[in-house]
Amino acid sequence: MSTPPLTDTRSIRVPPPPATPARRASAFLSTHPRTRLALLLTAPLFWLVVVYIVALVLLLITAFWRVDSFTGEIVTDWTLDNIITVVTGALYQTVTLRTLGVAIAVTIIDVALALPIAFYMAKVASPRMQRFLVIAVLMPLWASYLVKAYAWRSVLSQEGILEWMLAPLGLHTPGYGLTATIITLSYLWLPYVILPIYAGLERVPDSLLEASADLGGKTWRTVGSVVLPLAFPAIIAGTIFSFSLSLGDYITVNIVGGANQMLGNLVYTNVGAANNLPLAAAIALIPIVIIFGYLALVRRTGALNNL
Amino acid sequence: MFTTRGVRTAAVAAMVIGSIAILAGCGTSSGSSEGAEEQTELGDYEGQVSILAWPGYVEDGSNDPAVDWVSAFEDKTGCQVTSKSYGTSDEAVSLMKTGDYDVVAASGDATLRLIAAGDVAPVNTDLIPNYEGVFDFLKDKEWNSVDGQSYGVPHGYGANLLLFNTDEVSPAPTSWDIVFDGASEYSGKITAYDSPIYIADAAVYLMAHQPDLGIENPYALDETQFAAAVDLLKAQRPHVGEYWSDYLKEIQAFETGDSVAGTTWQVIENVLEGEGAATDVVLPEEGATGWSDTWMIASQAENPNCAYAWLDWIASPEANAQATAYFGEAPSSQEACDYRDDCEAYHAGDADYASQIWYWTTPIADCVDGRTDVECVDYAQWTEAWAEIKG
Repeated sequence: MSTPPLTDTRSIRVPPPPATPARRASAFLSTHPRTRLALLLTAPLFWLVVVYIVALVLLLITAFWRVDSFTGEIVTDWTLDNIITVVTGALYQTVTLRTLGVAIAVTIIDVALALPIAFYMAKVASPRMQRFLVIAVLMPLWASYLVKAYAWRSVLSQEGILEWMLAPLGLHTPGYGLTATIITLSYLWLPYVILPIYAGLERVPDSLLEASADLGGKTWRTVGSVVLPLAFPAIIAGTIFSFSLSLGDYITVNIVGGANQMLGNLVYTNVGAANNLPLAAAIALIPIVIIFGYLALVRRTGALNNL
Repeated sequence: MFTTRGVRTAAVAAMVIGSIAILAGCGTSSGSSEGAEEQTELGDYEGQVSILAWPGYVEDGSNDPAVDWVSAFEDKTGCQVTSKSYGTSDEAVSLMKTGDYDVVAASGDATLRLIAAGDVAPVNTDLIPNYEGVFDFLKDKEWNSVDGQSYGVPHGYGANLLLFNTDEVSPAPTSWDIVFDGASEYSGKITAYDSPIYIADAAVYLMAHQPDLGIENPYALDETQFAAAVDLLKAQRPHVGEYWSDYLKEIQAFETGDSVAGTTWQVIENVLEGEGAATDVVLPEEGATGWSDTWMIASQAENPNCAYAWLDWIASPEANAQATAYFGEAPSSQEACDYRDDCEAYHAGDADYASQIWYWTTPIADCVDGRTDVECVDYAQWTEAWAEIKG
């Protein structure tokens, strides 16, 4: 019985790979890490810096310019007039307070609705039910914003379904106005609040809940001392969405808000109707300042790690 | 770390350089282009023309197959029409600044602004054969000419009427009182046109009810007169259910009963009537504001010859009759009435009736009623006041 001759691998000479341009480039990159990094980051950095940040900054810079009142041309003289108008004008103060009020109300309503739903989804429901609920929460996001807002216009109208349902109880539809705006915005942003809270609660280990029970904690004690503190950053993350989205909205209030206007409407009319881009940019700074203030406030809670 | 710091520095440097480059690019004022010269003769058609107009002014059958006065124009001239519609005059003024349009149909509250900004060119009416047939009382008005130089061709005209729900509002109103001093009766169901120019509607009402203010022209208001109009609108504000600028929104609000009285256009009543809604319109005894639209040519028009062809086409009796009938307004010429059977309803050609309508005009500091002893409130302040009225 003879053994097949073993191939002596050492004796085979692997020919060096042909020096194609691709291979040369690859060899160059493997020895030059900084070039590699530069090539990798150029496109995204260009996008982030030029398209994203500079464009926004440029728009906001127009806040320091002014408009020729008759011809509507932008005059690029530096002036603080717009900022002063926006900060001191009674109109802007009223509208800012109204917008803040709506945003806060929407946020409170959404958190109150989202917490039990998210808790049920994360801790109680079977995996099958859980999947179903996630889809159910996501479903409204697949429909257009406008469709949903106009649907609420029909629901809330004098001949709408809400009036039809409430009339036998002696109640009436709120009609178009701030209440309608708060209802519609709460509806629109609810998924954005449920999902972060659900994700946060899912990360709370079941063992902690069991430990609390073992130590004699009743349901409410467990919720108050274990679940809420751990879910707090997630809740804050959810509020950032509902709060900032409400601050900037102008379409919903235009559709169901009756005669009311919010900051977004002032920006919109100043761009579209009055053609006063500088004033619009100055007004747009208000929600930006508010949301940055809010972010600074919640930074320490660790909420931003949840986004 | 060396690499991270390097990247960070590079990023900051890129951002700074980028910002400076872009800022430098747009840091200088473009300055208003001095008015273009009027054309003296026509050349060959360019093959296309882009038009900016009110909804219903440029219909090629895509909205309603029965309504089409564009295809015949395209067949005749070979100029393919692309069009965009706008919702308010202010929007039109903004859009014209993009330079994307050859022709615009502008109302009187936009025309002077377009002319002053150099966005539209003088129009040589000799090159427009159909201009001759246009009613004389629409030509060379303060909203379509400057110093005797024509800036466009009149399209048609109409009034901002009072629309009311015939079930809820009885007897039928004859005065604007129902939306101003008497608004509390229908509180929350009053509607008003959402534009600064609506302040003129209040001024028209004050002309009749507070003659001691001495308002001669609702678009020429001095400080006192303006304040009175603004106060009237602020008093009206609590009773307003919603302001409308999208005409579909007003139609829906009147169908569902969310609004029962307010300003409107004839075309809205036509739609409501067609859908069987219990509504009617009236021209109140105080008179009304209204509009007389003008077809204008952009100063930077890329297709000026097709633009002239369009102006001539839309002034032709047949096309003008179709367009104005569809929108619900009076046509611009007597001959157009040969193609319409409802001219009398719109008092077409009735110069006396037309003179009762206060056509939208841009308010400027030089009072348009001719007063020289006071300065009038200009449109920028109208815009500011309007935001304040809405609150």
